[in-house]
Amino acid sequence: MDVLVVLIPVSLGLGLAGLFGFFWTMRHRQYEDPDGDAARILRPEYDDAPKG
Amino acid sequence: MSVTEYPGPAACPGCLTVPTILRLVADTASAGSRDLQLSLPTIHCAACISTLEGGLMRLSGVEDVRVNLTRKRATVRVGPGVDDAEIIQAIAGLGYQAQSLDAATLSAGTSDRMARDLAMRLGVAGFSMMNVMLLSVAVWSGAGDATRDLFHWLSAAITVPTIAFSARPFFASAYGVLRVARLNMDVPISLAILLAVGMSIYETALHGDRAYFDAALSLTFFLLAGRYLDQRMRTVARSAAAELAALESPTALRLTDGGAQTVRLDQVTLGDLLLVQPGSRVPVDGDVTQGSSEIDRAFLTGETDPVAVGVGATVRAGEINLTGPLWVRATAVGQDTLLHALADLVSVAEAAKSRYNSLADRAARIYAPLVHLLALAAFAFWVWVNPSDVRFAVNVAVAVLIITCPCALGLAVPAVSTVASGRLFKAGLLVKHATALERLAEVDMVVFDKTGTLTKGIPALTNPGDLAPDALAVAAALAVHSGHPRSQAIVAATAGQTLQVIPLDAVTERPGFGIEALWNGVPVRLGRGDWLGGLEGTAVRIGDAPAQALTFQDTLRPGAQALIAALAFRGLPVLLLSGDTPAAVADMADKLGITDWRAGVLPTQKADVLSGLREQGRHVLMVGDGLNDVGALALAHVSIAPASALEAARVGADLVLVSLDLMQIDQALTLATSARRRILENFAVAAVYNILAVPLAFLGLASPLAAAVAMSSSSILVSLNALRVR
Repeated sequence: MDVLVVLIPVSLGLGLAGLFGFFWTMRHRQYEDPDGDAARILRPEYDDAPKG
Repeated sequence: MSVTEYPGPAACPGCLTVPTILRLVADTASAGSRDLQLSLPTIHCAACISTLEGGLMRLSGVEDVRVNLTRKRATVRVGPGVDDAEIIQAIAGLGYQAQSLDAATLSAGTSDRMARDLAMRLGVAGFSMMNVMLLSVAVWSGAGDATRDLFHWLSAAITVPTIAFSARPFFASAYGVLRVARLNMDVPISLAILLAVGMSIYETALHGDRAYFDAALSLTFFLLAGRYLDQRMRTVARSAAAELAALESPTALRLTDGGAQTVRLDQVTLGDLLLVQPGSRVPVDGDVTQGSSEIDRAFLTGETDPVAVGVGATVRAGEINLTGPLWVRATAVGQDTLLHALADLVSVAEAAKSRYNSLADRAARIYAPLVHLLALAAFAFWVWVNPSDVRFAVNVAVAVLIITCPCALGLAVPAVSTVASGRLFKAGLLVKHATALERLAEVDMVVFDKTGTLTKGIPALTNPGDLAPDALAVAAALAVHSGHPRSQAIVAATAGQTLQVIPLDAVTERPGFGIEALWNGVPVRLGRGDWLGGLEGTAVRIGDAPAQALTFQDTLRPGAQALIAALAFRGLPVLLLSGDTPAAVADMADKLGITDWRAGVLPTQKADVLSGLREQGRHVLMVGDGLNDVGALALAHVSIAPASALEAARVGADLVLVSLDLMQIDQALTLATSARRRILENFAVAAVYNILAVPLAFLGLASPLAAAVAMSSSSILVSLNALRVR
């Protein structure tokens, strides 16, 4: 059971990484325009993240 | 599951937009670049984004453009000195309609923030739930002794801060109602969460095996999901409604010794002299002191024929001046105008609507006390069975609270409403009021207004074939010079035809009468029949030849005929209430196949008819757009206003029809019925699950595993059922 000492922090760390990823997407307003983003990805020109 | 209050209507139809103007002024005053919000109702594809963003970026003074396809909006950052009109013009050049928005940004900002806040709490709860669930799986599959204790402590370490953060909205709401000694759904929710966490920590400290950390978290997660959906749905509807409101600006042109000056409506005082330009709305009630013109009273009375006004005539706020400038002395301002009296009616009715008991409220009223009584009964029962083991009794009581907690119930209504509102939004209908869909499902009669609702409120020429060719050519040539709706109808009717070319000299508009000119030295006139020699309506005259009458009729809205037929098929009685003349109404009713109609109805009479129907126990759906409909819209069980309606009417209505096609109302009825059925099914699912699970919990047989499985499965079942709304 010693493996738990490693596995538990690892799994928690992975989960936290996901959580902070979610925070990051929220803060960068990635849920503002789902329809637009779905359309933008099909355009030929390179489109950066939402400006401003 | 407490139903969040819908913000009441503004006290007056103009108040909503006054801040807009203030902000507009502030915006233009500050130097540097500013953000411009535009509504783009017609964008729909990836190409639209590219065209608009590319096209606008090429304009000088435009610093940044971002199109939002979901909201059909664009944010444009422009440098100093760039006018809104230029940008809108440029967008029109690219082939899209655009309207400037300003008030909308403010109000949408706060509800956006609330939605984002809820999403954040939801995310945290979801993360913690997954981790604690995994730890719980290990416990359920047989981890014992020290390992179990370790996992429980770990779960506690994750759960306690998460609950403190994520469940705050429930605690706050429960505290709010408890302070005034009442109950809502958040009280059992908060109690269950707090008791579950407290009891689990206690059990863990005593090395017990019954820890409900996962249950407390999944409870929080599922309920937050319901609340988030609710919030999102309302944000979308509210910001769309705010967009409509931001399109009208209540200003007046005041004449003083120093010249004309544009002032806000609330600054107009009694006795002020105001100039009403052709094409604009009369801002306040008043008497005409100078000038003559024709005014369109359709919004106020439903009359389609323009009315001639001259010196001494009384005009009302909301009427549209058609031909010549009018000087108006204000006789009633602000609260005394007819418009305001009607707006008051709306707020009275709004209060009545907030008393409507939604399905969720009714369910919660039965549910909340029942849950507490059951938990208490379980506790009392086990103390009575075995007085020495109070710990077990508390344990059972907590299990009962968790099992009965309304996960499925909390999701049942928001999930269905979100799906239904989303589908209606795509169909071109905005659901403004929280309980509008439920009320729509109960409709057993439909009342229509005519002008502007079943018709477009735009006249069309009906007899171009009856006129002599030269008379038609003269009428068309004269009509080009006028902005009067009937002139535009003549232009539209003759657009495709090759007519004699009529060179005109000395074209003069005679406000209130018509337009005249010289054709090879012969005077030609187009205008009111009585001006041209004793005819009714509109006529055209060449020299001394007898005048020839032009007849007009209001054009039907697309889908009007289909909608009436569809309502007949549903077996819903239809009533047409119009302020227009009997002849016009009879003609229209005949065309549409409506047998029950009343003409010449005054605004107060409309409201009386509606309250009469209400007393008969009818659930009436009222569809109307004018000021004369405001009272009726407010008194109806549920109401729909087209987007072209006056703001006062839109504020009073529960749903706004953005699409031109009236047939969408039929679709809305179908969807509302379907949504109601799904909500009831969801309640049934929740009830069945409780009937199965509560006895187990009561007998002390519900393990944490059983609680977790039952809760998740019922929530998922309810959400899937919601997707069947169509």
